[in-house]
Amino acid sequence: MNRYLLGRVGQALLVLWGAYTITYFILYLLPGDTLSIMLSASGIEVDALSPADLAKARAYYGLDRGLFEQYGHLLWQALQGDFGQSLSLNRPVTALLAERLPQTLTLAGSAIVLSLIGGVGLAYLTAYVRWQPLQSAMARLPSLGFSVPVFWLGLLLIQVFAFGLGWFPATGSQGLDSLVLPAMTLAIPSAAVYAQVLQRGFQHVAREPYITTAYAKGLSRAQVQYRHGLKNAALPILTLFGLQVGNTVSGAVLVETIFSRNGVGRLAQEAVLRQDIPVVLAIVAISAAAFVVVNLLVDLLYPIFDPRITHAPAAPTAA
Amino acid sequence: MPSSNAVRDLDQRFIPAAPAATAYAPPPTAVLPAWRRRSRWARLLAASRPLSRRPGFLLAALVVAFALLAAVAPGALSGFDPNATAPLAKLTAPNATHWFGTDELGRDLYTRVIHGASLSIQAALLAVGLALLGGLTLGVLSGFAGGRVDAVIMRVIDVLLALPGLLLALAIVTAIGFGTLPVALAVGVGIIPGFARTTRAEVLRVKTLPYVEAARLGGASWLQTLWRHILPNAWGPVAVLATLDFGAAILATAGLSFLGFGAAPPAPEWGTLIATGRHFLITAPWVALLPGVFVVAVVFSLNHLARTLEEIKR
Repeated sequence: MNRYLLGRVGQALLVLWGAYTITYFILYLLPGDTLSIMLSASGIEVDALSPADLAKARAYYGLDRGLFEQYGHLLWQALQGDFGQSLSLNRPVTALLAERLPQTLTLAGSAIVLSLIGGVGLAYLTAYVRWQPLQSAMARLPSLGFSVPVFWLGLLLIQVFAFGLGWFPATGSQGLDSLVLPAMTLAIPSAAVYAQVLQRGFQHVAREPYITTAYAKGLSRAQVQYRHGLKNAALPILTLFGLQVGNTVSGAVLVETIFSRNGVGRLAQEAVLRQDIPVVLAIVAISAAAFVVVNLLVDLLYPIFDPRITHAPAAPTAA
Repeated sequence: MPSSNAVRDLDQRFIPAAPAATAYAPPPTAVLPAWRRRSRWARLLAASRPLSRRPGFLLAALVVAFALLAAVAPGALSGFDPNATAPLAKLTAPNATHWFGTDELGRDLYTRVIHGASLSIQAALLAVGLALLGGLTLGVLSGFAGGRVDAVIMRVIDVLLALPGLLLALAIVTAIGFGTLPVALAVGVGIIPGFARTTRAEVLRVKTLPYVEAARLGGASWLQTLWRHILPNAWGPVAVLATLDFGAAILATAGLSFLGFGAAPPAPEWGTLIATGRHFLITAPWVALLPGVFVVAVVFSLNHLARTLEEIKR
């Protein structure tokens, strides 16, 4: 187990390092002229500078160093929790992130809870309902759920629940009721994915012999579905849950922009608009870290949820 | 059978006597044509017959065909000019002349959605094309070469998968600038890993099948085997994924345009249309919502097509 744990953590760290490296090379190598992007992000006209000033600016942004030296320096600083200075806001990126992160974590957390409730609930009902038309309508619902653009869904919810019914505020980040609409918007696509997979899971499980056995024991349909169906059908949800972190982070950028919430997602949107390279690098690295950590946890938690899976080496048979 | 004979005799009386010559003509001595392989067209027709019995599939195909037609020839579907402003008729609700209403400058919204199809669908096609090219190359290389090459490529794919799609796209857009083309490229790079994985899995499956071995023993080079035997048989799941990702690419490019990184406002790109409509949500909700309904219809249809193809394959 320990050996597996070490290997798995090492692999996660490698992936994280790779993600940082790829993002670094995209942001610092791909542009033809990184310096001019950085200067214009700081609000300085490139043309107005003399060659001596340009050289000074190059040194200030650390662009005068060799590519790998510069990369090593940035990586070393990032490991110590220092992502450099934001170009357009003139503040340390780490402070910015610390300020915006709680908002996004609350939003993502409530969205994840909502999506699990919604997705599992829908699939559960689909498997339980016996009236054919309703059942097939419910089976089609998830595929509609992830065909809907997140940003359009947000506008629709604002139109209906904020402007039409007046139940919740349309924008803002204060209070619990301003969280409801954004969290719902962010939850629906993930919920659709969970529901679709779980619906298929229930279909497969229904043919298993242990379901017949459970009926033969005299359990009611509700009992069979809850005790034997759900537990066996729900396992893939755990893997999916890890994979959905990426979608949630991506969705947060759109949702926070629509609902004008001061989170990391909106920071990302603003940073890209101003081509604020250090901020973009830090946000991409943070979200990759979230993805890697959650998936690591999912892998490590699997044996707890499904005792049939074990990471321990097989017990020696010859005792 | 006496009864049936009686009926026939009875019937005979009502049938006018036919000229004997035609009634007893010897059967035409047509020689059966030699067996020919059905043409590609006939085989396609036969394969699509079960599909035509599904009304949902037909409807979805119709919607996608409409969107593709709009992308190729927008003028055929709407008589208005997408950029003609009419200040007097600004923000009118949907009616018989303006099916989707008009926007804040009095431009016909339906026309703009139709004209926007060419930008959005081109961007999505470009993204999926890039992903197909990159993903197929990486997947085939990885599945075929195996060993170290495979390990290295798969680790890179793992890393790319760990970067949330939209954020990777944002990083690329930051580096190479804004506009429809950069956005399409960025979205395309984001969906390469999925294609690479699917292709690799299929190549690994097909590689071990007897006919590949037979082709190799028959003296075909690896390249020939790959081209003639492996790729045609590994193609199915990749095509399904491409259909699915086409819808996903439409959503992703629209999302990036919505954030303000895609086509600049006068261009009628779908995400940009919804983004502009956002400012008039209280007074004129249709400006933002109706283009979205069109996007949902197209993407939902694409997903439905992919799902049906997948079900048929099984």
